[in-house]
Amino acid sequence: MSIQVEAAPIAAPRPRGGIAQSVNDSLVVAKRNLIRMTRIPEMIIFGMIQPVMFVVLFSYVFGGSMQIGNSTSPEVYREFLMAGIFAQTVTFATAGAGAGIADDMHKGLIDRFRSLPMARGAVLTGRTLADLVQTTLTVVVLVIVALLVGWRVHEGIPKALAAFALLLLLGYAFSWIGALIGLSVRTPEAATSGGLIWLFPVTFISNAFVDSSNLTPWLRHIAEWNPFSATVQACRELFGNPGVSTSDAWPMQHSVLASVIWSVLIIVLFRTLAVRKYRSATA
Amino acid sequence: MPGAIYAEGLVKTFGDVRALDGVDLDVPEGTVLGLLGPNGAGKTTTVRVLTTLLQPDSGSAVVAGIDVLKHPNEVRRSIGLSGQFAAVDEYLTGRENLQMVGQLYQMSARDAKKRAGQLLERFNLADAADRPAKTYSGGMRRRLDLAAALVVSPPVMFMDEPTTGLDPRNRQQLWEVIQELVGGGTTLLLTTQYLEEADHLADDICVVDHGKVIARGTSDQLKARTGGERVEVVVHEPEQIGPAREVLAGYGKGEVAVAEHTRKLTVPVTGGAKLLAEVIRDLDARGVEIDDIGLRRPTLDDVFISLTGHAAEAAEGNGEDEDAVAGKPGQGRKSQKETAQ
Repeated sequence: MSIQVEAAPIAAPRPRGGIAQSVNDSLVVAKRNLIRMTRIPEMIIFGMIQPVMFVVLFSYVFGGSMQIGNSTSPEVYREFLMAGIFAQTVTFATAGAGAGIADDMHKGLIDRFRSLPMARGAVLTGRTLADLVQTTLTVVVLVIVALLVGWRVHEGIPKALAAFALLLLLGYAFSWIGALIGLSVRTPEAATSGGLIWLFPVTFISNAFVDSSNLTPWLRHIAEWNPFSATVQACRELFGNPGVSTSDAWPMQHSVLASVIWSVLIIVLFRTLAVRKYRSATA
Repeated sequence: MPGAIYAEGLVKTFGDVRALDGVDLDVPEGTVLGLLGPNGAGKTTTVRVLTTLLQPDSGSAVVAGIDVLKHPNEVRRSIGLSGQFAAVDEYLTGRENLQMVGQLYQMSARDAKKRAGQLLERFNLADAADRPAKTYSGGMRRRLDLAAALVVSPPVMFMDEPTTGLDPRNRQQLWEVIQELVGGGTTLLLTTQYLEEADHLADDICVVDHGKVIARGTSDQLKARTGGERVEVVVHEPEQIGPAREVLAGYGKGEVAVAEHTRKLTVPVTGGAKLLAEVIRDLDARGVEIDDIGLRRPTLDDVFISLTGHAAEAAEGNGEDEDAVAGKPGQGRKSQKETAQ
């Protein structure tokens, strides 16, 4: 083996700094994560099977027993359900982000990145952006399945697109929670389970799968103020699906605004915490 | 003027463990410092502090003329780090890995691509350039990891146990690469638990144990501290230890050390081969039958044992060394790293 060492040693180009560098570094890392995803297609496939299974199980098992408004028709429940399943699916991006980042820590890649003159948040931003792409793909598949089981949008395409934008924003916000979990646990396995467990209460104590007006009062309050519920409510309104809550809780009355506020708050809070954690991360 | 790597009074504690207990280093530009020590000695922690990955509790460090604590991002432009376990993305190809690192060093996409091609060629990875790194052998991964650290030809390099877990042939190859690299003027700090490696590659050696530098100097200086040559005799019968001791005492410049169990006697001497011949004649005259006799010069192993009271590779007896030596991927080296912190 021969390595002719070229010229004198040189330092890297001076970092551009600022937003341009952050964007560039984040995109480089996002590209890396997307390449990885294409090399592990089973991860994407499993990520899609789960929500599809939920749609089928919930709509056919629970379909006849749920009362939405005054109706117990399975068709009404199926239309009601989809906003909930969409929202739950996008939050599952948390586990992917968490496991991916924990894996990078474990393998020493985070050390490699931290020794490079790159933007501080770029490793995490790149990861969450790549997860957003994967979430989008999953949602597309889910829309097809939903249409097959009888779900429809009744308020026109622009409003439906707005609903999907809210969903993706929520998913992006939750992937920052996953990033923090991934940096905080010791193994990728712990990140996967730690990224999922708490999602069950968050997504079930909500208006996603049941009409929250049927809940006992204290549980109903939690459900109505659950950040997750605001997005579900907003989607039902924008899709024109049945079961829109008539509660006078503020997030239910102003669901679109509440959804945006919650998601932005989660991003600001968890991005700050995760980037701080990243800077001192030790495998 | 301080060297290319300079550290003063580095202290870092993890809970009750003082991983670094006042480490001072000074590596002149263009030289190689070997940081030698057992697992848990603080080698990796030292590297992590100097490469901006870890904030020390106290102390100061300057790398390539830049204050590590005040301007970490400036330091990162001037260093390359090759870790204890090959930190490459196993699902990316060799080329993709190097391009990514180049772009994160703020090279343009075009420059990063060109540079990746050059490095793959130089590190004998051109044939495997477009295969995912997980298909690489251990030696290939190390070379890719080292190539990643060299994307910008940094003036200062850190290598944390670069050959741990490699087979002798791959280790030899990597040594050659490292030698050519430092021949080009790069300053290198290298950690190792292989005494042979420090002997082979380093201009200066710092022996660390329990977070402290317990000795420093060139390989020859350290060996000289352990004393000069010794005569070592293994006698055939245990009863002959007595007479052999008397003979050796007559030639020795110090105490005769006796290991009853192995029937081995050792004594420091001066006089070299000529003296050895006399010892053999004398032993023969006394009717002492010898299984083995020789003149030994101290190795770094001896230095290590005399300084720390334990051998380098059996340190702490925690069984992790076997993993590392056998080169089991991941697990062994990982736990070793945690120990080191």
